[in-house]
Amino acid sequence: MLLMVLTLTVALAACGQKNNSSNGGNASEGSSLSGSFLASGSSALQPLVDQVSKKFMDANSGVSVQVQAGGSGTGLTQVSEGQSQIGNSDVFAEEKLDAAKAAELVDHQVAVVGMAAVVNKDITIDNLTKQQLVDIFTGKVTNWKDVGGNDQKIQIINRPSSSGTRATFEKFALGQKSEDLQGSIQEDSSGTVKKLVGETPGAIGYLALSYLDDSVKAVKYEGVEASADNVANGTYPVWAYEHMYTKGEPDAAIKAFLDYMMSDEVQNGDVVELGYIPANKMQVKRDVDGNITK
Amino acid sequence: MAQSLERQKAKPHIAEEWVGKVYTLLCIAFLITTIVSIVYFVASKGLSTFFVNHVSLTNLVTGLKWSPDGQPPVFGALPFIFGSFSTSILAAVIAAPLSFCAAVFMIEIAPKFGRRYLQPVIELLAGIPSVVYGFVGLSVIVPFFRDVFPGQGVGIAAGALVLSVMILPTITTIATDALAALPKGLKEGSYALGSTRWQTIYRIVLPTTLPALMTGIVLGIARAFGEALAVQMVIGNAPHIPHSLFESASTLTSAITLSMGNTAMGSVANNALWSLALILMFMTFVFVFIVRWLEGRKKL
Amino acid sequence: MSAKTADKIATAVIVGVAAFIVLVLAGLLGFILYRGVGHISFHFLTSAPETIRKGGGIGPQLFNSVFLLVLTMIITIPIGLGAGIYMSEYAPANKITSGIRLIVEVLSSVPSIVVGLFGLLVIVNLFGFGFSLFSGALALTVFNLPLMVRITEQGLKGVPREQKEASLALGLSKWKTITSVMLPIAMPVILTGTILAAGRVFGEAAALLFTAGMSSPRLDFTNWNPLSPFSPLNPFRPAETLAVHIWKINSEGLAPDAAQIAAGASAVLVITVLVFNFAARWLGRYMYRKFTAIK
Repeated sequence: MLLMVLTLTVALAACGQKNNSSNGGNASEGSSLSGSFLASGSSALQPLVDQVSKKFMDANSGVSVQVQAGGSGTGLTQVSEGQSQIGNSDVFAEEKLDAAKAAELVDHQVAVVGMAAVVNKDITIDNLTKQQLVDIFTGKVTNWKDVGGNDQKIQIINRPSSSGTRATFEKFALGQKSEDLQGSIQEDSSGTVKKLVGETPGAIGYLALSYLDDSVKAVKYEGVEASADNVANGTYPVWAYEHMYTKGEPDAAIKAFLDYMMSDEVQNGDVVELGYIPANKMQVKRDVDGNITK
Repeated sequence: MAQSLERQKAKPHIAEEWVGKVYTLLCIAFLITTIVSIVYFVASKGLSTFFVNHVSLTNLVTGLKWSPDGQPPVFGALPFIFGSFSTSILAAVIAAPLSFCAAVFMIEIAPKFGRRYLQPVIELLAGIPSVVYGFVGLSVIVPFFRDVFPGQGVGIAAGALVLSVMILPTITTIATDALAALPKGLKEGSYALGSTRWQTIYRIVLPTTLPALMTGIVLGIARAFGEALAVQMVIGNAPHIPHSLFESASTLTSAITLSMGNTAMGSVANNALWSLALILMFMTFVFVFIVRWLEGRKKL
Repeated sequence: MSAKTADKIATAVIVGVAAFIVLVLAGLLGFILYRGVGHISFHFLTSAPETIRKGGGIGPQLFNSVFLLVLTMIITIPIGLGAGIYMSEYAPANKITSGIRLIVEVLSSVPSIVVGLFGLLVIVNLFGFGFSLFSGALALTVFNLPLMVRITEQGLKGVPREQKEASLALGLSKWKTITSVMLPIAMPVILTGTILAAGRVFGEAAALLFTAGMSSPRLDFTNWNPLSPFSPLNPFRPAETLAVHIWKINSEGLAPDAAQIAAGASAVLVITVLVFNFAARWLGRYMYRKFTAIK
């Protein structure tokens, strides 16, 4: 499986390079689709949409796709008000917009992002239960020794309360909202969170799986390791959909683009390559209220 | 015949004059429209928190808790206001003496060397982009503070230190101009009476240039107050009034950059951020008026 | 303590502080360049960034920064010059003029983030330009204008009165006097100021986050039709500038060499600003010499 993905990735990369160099030459081929549309929003989803849009445009020379990052809230606002045709979001539209406005939007779940609690590398523990995480993020526990670690002060690196990542983490890892604690650090960007968790003694934070590397240590949640497979088979609960919203049903070009997004080529290729989990691999489904169905 | 020739000659002149006048007037009108529309749009968005979402102004300005997602949402921006004031004033406290010394060095002690080397150096400091300052702050100052002082490294101290370097050029330039503009006779009189250089600086130069120095400091604070990215990278962004200078805190600008893209336009949380922007703009006006007042005093 | 000792101590302190400031700048520049210069190569400056793989460059970002600067200047210079000329030559000395002067002062101190938000609300959403180079240029114009006005005013005020009066006495119109006699003389001051202002545009990020966007579409450098969405010259495409790119890869970068890219890009940015500074200085001195020699 891994090998297959790898070869595919290499092949795709080669493909991309070739296309880059011989641009404009393939104007004669391709389908009859035409149109121009704009996808804006989530900066977490932007790399994927951006990469896929380039390949899509290579295949359909009549279509022009623009991709912008500006945050989930901005993306949802823009698609709802018609300034863009696709709104990329890390969260369900219902969580950001009024019910009436959200009802007009059609959800396309293109990928899944798993999240893991990460700690500084000097922390000895490698598993945290839900209750322990709640205690830490609500400030009940302030020392690592109370959750089985060394005698060291816990330093929380959180996200701002408007962040989609935080909403997901609170909803599915903690099961409750948490207050902003006095003295906790808040960063909106995954890179800064990673840097600070890696450098600050006693730090804990959370990151999307794609950001994990050996500068920080991912801890298990209730004994389950945070991995793409565990997310897909439903044993690891801390994940969220990446949404691409359209206002009403999309027109032909946009529909073709979204279909391409869901095709095996993209789902097993770019989605995996960029560290997301393919939406069609998911063995469980979740609705806006967090109810899980097999 | 002669008359019509005269008119023909005069016409292009008048047209030219007219074109010039209208053109420049249009430019200035554009400028005024811009500022009016900035004020109008920011105010209309910022005020809708109060009129549409019925958050009370006193709660916003004096509230200690900022929890836009809470049930019910609470908007207390005092921690941000406190953070903005404390970082920018602390930055000015660090930068002002340095700037004054630099100015004295350039004008009184070593004018040739100062003008040739120190001034370009200080102007270069002004040219370094703020993202780069933030980057350096996060990579150097924050780890240093974390190792040396108890706490997390981020916080008001780190923010103020980064800002102080950023506003150093503003204050120094104004201080230098003020010192250079001092009437020569004043200093020479002091020297003639047998004062040393330091006595002259301390007794004569400093008091007479004080209003100008204050102008520089206020402009420096204004710049620090509005700086966003560099501060956001090093301050920690917890929406609380910190217990120490080395504990995570927030400013108005960092709160805005942190959440603006994540909130949908028209929602309460978004409007509240616009209110923060409105406070920011209002404070800018206050700073400009203080500067005006100081300059008025200087002329007296 | 005698006055002499106090004087010596104070002098030592002041000299020390001045040395300290030079050291801080040297340290700052040294740190940025030391970390970044090793990463700069022709490939780095010309190739497109990579999302996930190593070896991405900053080519499009560099191009965007320069193009945005050009666009901003195209909008700013005529308006700024016009407004500056009005303020220094046409404006009657009354309350309204001093009110306008106050407005210019206020505009120059509006925080860049407020300008960015205003741009997001009005230029991007209300006017419907979207995240684009054009929106970014308009936002940058907003805080470059007051600078330009002040520079122009300063330049024109520095023109010797006799020259202006001589021109008027020869029967030239006021407008002609300004454009053909005064502006050329004021040019060194205006040019130096403009270049310094341009350097600031180059480094601005906060306002652009909300107006020019944080993404850069693939650019086809063989397509120079300004109307094509892939053309580098299209002003209505989203464009990430170098400063914004540094902000983004610092915060969201997925590539394994994100830190080096950020360091390299910072170094490029600082070097560019340095070049701007030296160019302004050199040009100012050169023109001053030239004009004074003519006199």
